[in-house]
Amino acid sequence: MSLEQSDVENIAHLARLAVSPEELEGVAGDLSNILTLVEQMNAVDTGGVVPMAHPLHMAQRLREDSVTESDQRDHFQAIAPETEAGLYLVPKVIE
Amino acid sequence: MHDKTLTELAAGLRAGEFSSVELTRAYLERIEQFDTDLNCFISVARERALASAERADARIRDGSADALTGIPIAHKDIFCTSGLRTSCGSKMLDNFVAPYDATVVARLEAAGTVMLGKTNMDEFAMGSSNETSFYGVVRNPWDRTLVPGGSSGGSAAAVAARLCGAATGTDTGGSIRQPAALCGITGLKPTYGRVSRYGMIAFASSLDQGGPLTRSAADAALMLQAMAGFDPRDSTSAQQAVPDYSGQLDADLRGLKIGLPREYFESGLDAEVAASVQAAIAEYRHMGAEVVDISLPNSGLSVATYYVVAPAECSSNLSRFDGVRFGHRCEQPKNLEDLYKRSRSEGFGAEVKRRIMIGTYALSAGYYDAYYLKAQQIRQLISEDFRKAFGQVDVIMGPTSPTTAFAIGEKADDPVTMYLSDIYTIAANLAGLPGMSIPVRPVAGRPVGLQIIGNYFQEGKLLNVAHRLQRESDWHLAAPVGF
Repeated sequence: MSLEQSDVENIAHLARLAVSPEELEGVAGDLSNILTLVEQMNAVDTGGVVPMAHPLHMAQRLREDSVTESDQRDHFQAIAPETEAGLYLVPKVIE
Repeated sequence: MHDKTLTELAAGLRAGEFSSVELTRAYLERIEQFDTDLNCFISVARERALASAERADARIRDGSADALTGIPIAHKDIFCTSGLRTSCGSKMLDNFVAPYDATVVARLEAAGTVMLGKTNMDEFAMGSSNETSFYGVVRNPWDRTLVPGGSSGGSAAAVAARLCGAATGTDTGGSIRQPAALCGITGLKPTYGRVSRYGMIAFASSLDQGGPLTRSAADAALMLQAMAGFDPRDSTSAQQAVPDYSGQLDADLRGLKIGLPREYFESGLDAEVAASVQAAIAEYRHMGAEVVDISLPNSGLSVATYYVVAPAECSSNLSRFDGVRFGHRCEQPKNLEDLYKRSRSEGFGAEVKRRIMIGTYALSAGYYDAYYLKAQQIRQLISEDFRKAFGQVDVIMGPTSPTTAFAIGEKADDPVTMYLSDIYTIAANLAGLPGMSIPVRPVAGRPVGLQIIGNYFQEGKLLNVAHRLQRESDWHLAAPVGF
């Protein structure tokens, strides 16, 4: 599998990463090599094989619908880049 | 003092030969002496360690001490520690001080261990050489021109250089076992779900598992005893009782059935590494074990499968690093998209970005069936290979890594070649099985690891099998020159 530079730009955008024009060629090459490795999988017929999402056969544990955590907003927001009045600040979204 | 095992250190502390404060000072001095060069530690917590050692000494005096009370250890910098930076080897978290402790950290603290600091690692645990760390490469104490392996390279090198009594690590595709092999120490990746993942920064959630890096199997038993157990805060934590690991160490191995997968001894394996592994297996024959040839026919696909499953899960897990709530934020973002893109691009290194992009691609519309679903199906086949094998044998043995430690820089520019360093370790993660690496006969002064894979929740058996070899041989006692 060989990725074009435009594919890399599209994937990077989906992943919210910026790849500079100078890096594009190198990244396209690296990702194409990894996909070539991955495509060894195509040699195997997996028809009818149940996909395995998780190593243990366990059911989702449920808990009582009751409050178990206390309010620690100030504690958690102490490490945030920018907050105000208990809110996380980001650049203006709606013009 | 620094050359003693955990059992010996614990006995010395109880007998009053030395105090935890003295022991802690001795390790801190060694870190100061050697670590400028080795770079095993990202953060050293001097004052905090000494305060904790004083509390441990008080517990030893009043008789409330546990097996590990007063013993200085180090945590991989992937485990959250409140009040002390948790960087995960990344610029993204260079400023991150977690608001809570990981369960592994809390349990080992409750056991009375003294945290000396946080160890270096590949960025977000993505790497096999420790070269992707934002904080620089770790040097292998056996030869400083070599890598220590990864991603728990700082922990492995620190234990090998006797800069701590033991260390914690995590293993997503071999990140405990491969550096343990390359640094000549003992490393154990438990069964998926055995050790809580709470507060362990997520890379690939269906594969990640924490475990100990130690100087012997007996030490690993003590560490695992403290680390393992059900944790309601981890939704995939196993609700299974934790057996007495130390109590099983000496069990007789006569009649033990050891499976040797032929695929683990084919081309790609260094001939001298193969000879060292075979020499160790011969020891097991002397102890009365029976060696059986087996096949894991799909194991050759484990690297390919892993490089879909792990990146897919990582692309999802690492979406939380957005420059909004914690971690790195770019200067003067123009708008929200610019904030996300620049914060992430500045914060993540090249390997992390590669894996996020591979995962994003594999999960994107139109490609899901060809990549992610296909990988999950092959994961099932790999897991079934093991299921069949464990119908025949008690443990599986082979090499941990196809080669000894390689030179710093040798594979750094070639991701695919680097990925193949984990060819023998990845399958255990895909299946969720426990695996260990223990040192066997070195090749040209470089350590070699024997890998032992067990059935689900058979950590006690693995530790027993490893310990019996360590009783009969002295490979695990070798220390790098100068340490």
